Amino acid sequence: MTTASERAQMSTELKAHILNVQKDAVLDAAIAHGELTVTARRACVPSLMAFLKEDSLCRFETLVDICAVDRPGEAERFEVVYHFLSMRLNQRLRVKVRTDESTPVPSAIDVFPAANWYEREAFDMYGVLFSGHPDLRRILTDYGFEGYPLRKDFPLSGRVEVRYDDTQKRVVYEPVKLVQEYRNFDFLSPWEGMQSVIPGDEKAGGGSGVK
Amino acid sequence: MADDSAPIVEGDRKFTINFGPQHPAAHGVLRLVLDLDGEIVDRVDPHIGLLHRGTEKLIEYKTFLQALPYFDRLDYVAPMNQEHAYCLAIEKLAGIEVPRRAQFIRVIFSEIGRILSHLLNVTTQAMDVGALTPPLWGFEEREKLMVFYERASGSRMHAAYFRPGGVHQDLPPDLIEDIHKFCDPFLKVLDDIETLVTENRIFKQRNVDIGVVSVPDALAWGFSGVMVRGSGLAWDLRRAEPYEIYSELDFRIPIGKNGDCWDRYLCRIEEMRESIRIILQCIDKLPVGPVLPERSKFAPPRRSEMKTSMEALIHHFKLYTEGFHVPAGEVYACVEAPKGEFGVYLVADGTNRPYRLKIKAPGYAHLQAMDPLCRGHMLADVSAILGSLDIVFGEIDR
Repeated sequence: MTTASERAQMSTELKAHILNVQKDAVLDAAIAHGELTVTARRACVPSLMAFLKEDSLCRFETLVDICAVDRPGEAERFEVVYHFLSMRLNQRLRVKVRTDESTPVPSAIDVFPAANWYEREAFDMYGVLFSGHPDLRRILTDYGFEGYPLRKDFPLSGRVEVRYDDTQKRVVYEPVKLVQEYRNFDFLSPWEGMQSVIPGDEKAGGGSGVK
Repeated sequence: MADDSAPIVEGDRKFTINFGPQHPAAHGVLRLVLDLDGEIVDRVDPHIGLLHRGTEKLIEYKTFLQALPYFDRLDYVAPMNQEHAYCLAIEKLAGIEVPRRAQFIRVIFSEIGRILSHLLNVTTQAMDVGALTPPLWGFEEREKLMVFYERASGSRMHAAYFRPGGVHQDLPPDLIEDIHKFCDPFLKVLDDIETLVTENRIFKQRNVDIGVVSVPDALAWGFSGVMVRGSGLAWDLRRAEPYEIYSELDFRIPIGKNGDCWDRYLCRIEEMRESIRIILQCIDKLPVGPVLPERSKFAPPRRSEMKTSMEALIHHFKLYTEGFHVPAGEVYACVEAPKGEFGVYLVADGTNRPYRLKIKAPGYAHLQAMDPLCRGHMLADVSAILGSLDIVFGEIDR
């Protein structure tokens, strides 16, 4: 059992250690909310993973999760996020790698067999490619599914709907037809936390022009 | 299933069969494509996603509060444990203090969830290998526990009871008494179930030395929960990274020796006893006080306050339409769910909706290991191994 302060101390030490030893692989390391996040260079993924697994101060032997985050509009739109856990030293680590639609990320499967399905899921949901993955098939979506459903530009309603057609005696795929438009209410208040200048405000403040 | 119409050759014993998606021992909608050599399993290819509902996508389009009920529908055998991880993630990111009474109530219901899940798993595992009575006994107790869920939240399964900052409403006093009264007789029922199953000859023949997981395997495949404890690793998030008030409670962590299906079964039985101990301690220590933070942006105001205070009324309206805002940032929060480490990776951009929410389901990693676990076993062992992995498709397919 470790307390929060011991945990913070461990993350700080771990951060310094990783930054020190893996200078070439690591672009940035930061601690937020008591969690250490390391941003890594894409090409260095396998060597960094092997280091994290074997190093005596890291011992990250469990790959907890791999997922992608879509940030359209940025140069490399996908963030691939790895979560690691060391049961031996009771510490956690998050590693981030950037990529785009066409550049593959080296697969972590040789170091962590558990990466198999997580990478398949990231590929299925976002279209992130992994080089060196032996079996990069879709995993969660329907057989013959098209598109990458968790991308921000994929519509919530999807593109096709299925129904059983009694005359053809089989399930048919058709483009989605909504009887009523999907109601996506924007409840965000325009007043709260507004940062931009409201027209006319300059007259109220300071009063340099008014004498 | 005959994919290709190759002529049958004398002495060729290799063939491929489909296990599921409609199979009583598949624990939901799982399709396993099994390559067999006679009755020996050569390769297992699980096809999942038949229950995929796009939970993570849907959550991106809901406010933080509206997203909460989706968590009940993941592992629907222990709904509140999932809500717990989600609430912890929001609380970590927004820095919300949970009142002490709410922490105790959360622990009570997390442990009830653990018993719900283990009861289902242990008894259906017995059913998978041929015993029909244990599920009947187990489900009777589950029904009582679900009544506790209902009396606390209004719903037997989809509770939406844990809220960011605490729990939705306080428990009625007679409910706490009834949970207390439930505990001791339940231990007796557990003994009864054990007399049926534990030393049963058939049950042991089907489970001992089947699906052995070594410690290196458990780490390599990213296992958690009973799947690592069954192999002898004393890893429990309630102990390793204590959340809520687990650090103040006295409980033991049962571990197995051999890492086979039988050890995992024994771990689950013992964990239910420990859960009962935890519940009893929580009821003894249960403090009085609020169950949601007072005067907080994240919790609704009191009903009585809304009758007199305009601000309270506005706050209530805004909370249930616009919802609260969570500061930008990212956190990973996890709980020791009955099936293992259930985690929520939350990326917020400062608005009233999650920007991205990744659900880390323990069963996903466990099911992935079906192939290495089943290789070389007999076809009949597949269902025993599957049963001991404790698979629920709600959380795997999401």
